[in-house]
Amino acid sequence: MNNPSAVQSVGRPFTVEKAKAEERIDTSPESVKLIFTYIAFSAFWLVFGTLVGEYLGFKFVWPELDSISWFSFGRLRPVHTNILFWGFLSQAMIALALYVVPRTSQRELYSYKFGWVSFWLINTSVFFGVITLMAGINNGGQEYREIIWPIFLLFALGLILVAYNLYKTIADRNVKEIYISNWYILAACLWTIVLVVTAYLPGYQEDGISQTVVQGYYMHQGVGQWFTPMVLGLTYYFLPILLNKPIYSYSLGVLAFWTQMVFYTMIGAHHFVFSPIPWWIQTLAIVFSVGMFVPVTAGAGNFLLTMRGKWRSIARSYSLPFILAGVLFYAIVSYQGTLEAFRSLNKVWHFTNFTIAHSHMSMYGFVAFLVWGGIYGLIPRLTGKEPPQFTVGAHFWLALIGVLVYSVPLMIGGTLQGLSWMAGEAFIESVTLMTPYWVWRAVGGTMMFLSHLIFAYNVWKMRPDSWQRLRQVTELQTN
Amino acid sequence: MKLNFHKNHKLLFGVVFWGFVALTLIIAVLPATWVQQQNEPLPASEPMTELQRKGLNIFISEGCVYCHTQQVRPIEMDENWGRPSAPGDYARINRQDVWRQTPAVLGSERTGPDLSNIGKRQPSDVWHYMHLYNPRSVVKESIMPSYPWLFEVVENPSDGATTVSMPEGYGPKNGTIIATREAEALVAYLKSLSQVPMDAWPSAAQQAKADSAVASAVKKKVNGATIYANNCASCHQNNGQGIQSTFPSLVGAAYVTEKDPTRHIRAVLYGLQGVTIDGKDYTGVMQPFGELLSDEEVAAVINYERTNWGNDAPTITAEDVTKVRNNDELNKIQPNE
Repeated sequence: MNNPSAVQSVGRPFTVEKAKAEERIDTSPESVKLIFTYIAFSAFWLVFGTLVGEYLGFKFVWPELDSISWFSFGRLRPVHTNILFWGFLSQAMIALALYVVPRTSQRELYSYKFGWVSFWLINTSVFFGVITLMAGINNGGQEYREIIWPIFLLFALGLILVAYNLYKTIADRNVKEIYISNWYILAACLWTIVLVVTAYLPGYQEDGISQTVVQGYYMHQGVGQWFTPMVLGLTYYFLPILLNKPIYSYSLGVLAFWTQMVFYTMIGAHHFVFSPIPWWIQTLAIVFSVGMFVPVTAGAGNFLLTMRGKWRSIARSYSLPFILAGVLFYAIVSYQGTLEAFRSLNKVWHFTNFTIAHSHMSMYGFVAFLVWGGIYGLIPRLTGKEPPQFTVGAHFWLALIGVLVYSVPLMIGGTLQGLSWMAGEAFIESVTLMTPYWVWRAVGGTMMFLSHLIFAYNVWKMRPDSWQRLRQVTELQTN
Repeated sequence: MKLNFHKNHKLLFGVVFWGFVALTLIIAVLPATWVQQQNEPLPASEPMTELQRKGLNIFISEGCVYCHTQQVRPIEMDENWGRPSAPGDYARINRQDVWRQTPAVLGSERTGPDLSNIGKRQPSDVWHYMHLYNPRSVVKESIMPSYPWLFEVVENPSDGATTVSMPEGYGPKNGTIIATREAEALVAYLKSLSQVPMDAWPSAAQQAKADSAVASAVKKKVNGATIYANNCASCHQNNGQGIQSTFPSLVGAAYVTEKDPTRHIRAVLYGLQGVTIDGKDYTGVMQPFGELLSDEEVAAVINYERTNWGNDAPTITAEDVTKVRNNDELNKIQPNE
């Protein structure tokens, strides 16, 4: 692939030639090694976690696939979600943050050792989390905090160490201003520490539905205070640098930041509309769900306005299409989430497969696409090795078409489920009517899974030649 | 240092951190504390037994909550599942142990039916065991997983073991299925799921029930086929043929086709247990529907049964049901007579 033009000019090229990464960025080998190891492990968890998800999707169509307790739906579902949240997305986001924060602070990472300790803590936590969940040991069936505290404590410690590491890096920066990316990234770490501690502490969530109040707060802020600000912060770095132009409006980013913090925190209870938790919390959540219009429009609008007039560069890049798709999904799922919070629409969509479509469009279409954009934007510049552009394109299109084939049928089927319940039909109708939509979901899921195998291959192709050589090259350059 | 978020990291991240702590207190910790303080079981509810609590823990450990809600919303479309859920319905649930937090039973998806009243809708042990061993043995279209690891297959079951007999094609070729202690606990928990009246005085509660039955009969379109599918089909099956030696067939059955509908009406109103039909003993328990269905709904479902699958018996009206109810009350006829 080093010199493909001779071959491709013979016939019609199958792919549009993409721009090559510029010169390898001058970064210490420690940094490359640390970041690449995080990315490699996150790719492993992605493949493993979506293999589980794929298997679960098949079970809706063939419930008798197996009758083994460790593989049953109720045990594997939290395995799927927890692996992808903590093993894949969190780890990949932290990897990119470990590059972006030092870079924008114009200094080295405060401590590589801490970076490695965090790495081991996070992966150990996910590993043992998977084992216990498959064995049927979970934390009260509380969604996304299913891993019991002694194991999730490792993840929390890893995160605290990441936050400390990044804070010290920012505190000792060689520039006056704290770049907006660092606002989002470090804030996400701090918020999530508070979030996880609040979710697991005993005392105020012991009896009855007191835990439900905390659950609404936790499951929503997991997205709103961790994944969203992390990837937005990363995008505030990658988008301008890859487009080679400044962000459209710095102030819009600041506005989105503060409104994100205040509005998003209030809306967790919209997962429990019409439930027996206090009515005022539900109403407050719905009101602030409308308020989310502000940070979402400011954030997504800011990115799109930055891209305006640069569509040619986006088409010529293999990381920017991922970022464009991620930004579009960000806007779409956020507005969709606001609609789902309204009591009138919540009636139709709550408890149905519509919510599954929504969660995949947000965690996958939005978060994962922005993460991939960052990875393809950064890693070739760190290691000096390009992935084949054909396989990057295959990853992009399979993942994009896959998630649409996955979620659009579920949105249609979910709506029909809700309407069936409202019409007072027998419950089993709402199960049988879903069959074709579940088949489509399995098809879309398969495309997504294939794209992840390709991604893992691309990560392999981008690997540093060898740590030894990397060190030599760096020394040569610095001398 | 200047008070500038862009230049002063201590100020920026201090506000970010402590601001979020404050918001967390307002929206999560304080409301949760308040809900916990208000936590009180409904007066008519019973404490959970050890076995039921163990069953709840298995319910959580198997992840049943990912597909089943226990949350009836105060909206019309949820009326089939019971009265709107109240905080008191969950008041007896608390932390499992030091390792695991309080079970979340409200649920977020309804891939399977709501379970708030499964103990009332389906009080038969036999049905639950068959359903857990293989849900498709009783509900053909079900996509629920089978739970064979809650059962054992043995050559000679010991005395006192709970044996489970499965229909042709659903059980093992050799040996007898017996329920483990886990299956017994889970079934005990499922059978305990039954909403109790919101207030302590049965008379008032019954009054409210009667009022709401009248109100809903007026409001709802009564459809015998839907009532049958929701309440009867899990045992008697969609084709009315039941399951051999467990749940009797309704096709051509005397109960269903005889001219005098009194036996049929009574079976629906008060339930049946341990009956012998055509010389065959049936082990399943049929629950009473007298409190779940209005007279009009009972009449509708009875007429559905009397005129389907080749049955051709005279239909009845809601008045006939009311007459049987009143007559039985006057003559103090016991439900299982």
